[in-house]
Amino acid sequence: MDSDSARLIGAGIAAIGMGGAGIGVGIIFGNFLQGALRNPSEAPKQFGNLIFGFAVTEALGIFSLLIALLLLFVPIPGIQQ
Amino acid sequence: MSNDPVHQFHINTIAPFEIAGLDASFTNASLFMAAGVGAAALFMTSAMRPAAMAPGRTQVVAETAYNFIHGMVRDAAGEEGVKRFFPFVFTLFLFIFAANMIGMFPYFFTPTSQIIITATMALMVFFTVIVVGFAKNGLKFFKLFFPSGIPWALYIIVTPIEILSFFSRPLSHAVRLWANVLAGHLVLKVFAGFVPMMAAAGAIGIAGSILPLTMTVALYALEFLVAFLQAYVFALLTCIYLNDALHPGH
Repeated sequence: MDSDSARLIGAGIAAIGMGGAGIGVGIIFGNFLQGALRNPSEAPKQFGNLIFGFAVTEALGIFSLLIALLLLFVPIPGIQQ
Repeated sequence: MSNDPVHQFHINTIAPFEIAGLDASFTNASLFMAAGVGAAALFMTSAMRPAAMAPGRTQVVAETAYNFIHGMVRDAAGEEGVKRFFPFVFTLFLFIFAANMIGMFPYFFTPTSQIIITATMALMVFFTVIVVGFAKNGLKFFKLFFPSGIPWALYIIVTPIEILSFFSRPLSHAVRLWANVLAGHLVLKVFAGFVPMMAAAGAIGIAGSILPLTMTVALYALEFLVAFLQAYVFALLTCIYLNDALHPGH
């Protein structure tokens, strides 16, 4: 396998990490909805916390995407694109 | 390929000039950033011009935006945070929101899809946190890396993690906004490209091209949500980081 193919396969493998972030974001919103339906009057006060948890979780998925994009589009010395 | 999805992110020089050998040309990115700032400033000043006791429609929108961010800063950074940083956070929010919204028009450039722009704002926040943190707390600012209320031995593990997370903040702060806007606009263009691709396949294709068209409309609505949400997230995280500068060690 030449190194250019390895680069593309690596980008694909890096993107798998986004699936984990997807699971995490789903858990956050699912649990928020569960809590919000049990006590709807308190739910709007937790909007900030909800978005903070979402942002921090999403960041990890975005890091995977970043690695994939770096592998795809940033020239690596010694490998022709 | 006729509809290159990356073409929308190309930076074109409009008025070239240099400052001391550095390329400081007026580009389409600068144009749309200036348009965003202009639109936000014009809207806020003209909406608040009447300053009526019983506000009109535009004044209600302006006051709602103000109260929304004001409440967010107060919840995340306390009254002292409001006193010191509210104008900064509100400006950041309005700029990002206006830039995202301007990018939603077809054929318009999205300034926040360039990492240099989001990274500049994220580094601005990062250095504000460091400068304010040391100016206000002195060496007590290092308590940020030693959270209170845990057994002494755990500092061996916790402190490196805290230091690492502190220095990865500007990275995640910048990349989050950039990658969300970039990926959203790319997906939009790719789905829109499916419409002519299917329509080229004859009568059945034209009937079938309704599907990607509907999907594009739905994604467009989602992008409006993302445009607001990412501006809000950026402002919220700015508040949380600034809170660390004011009250380290919590």
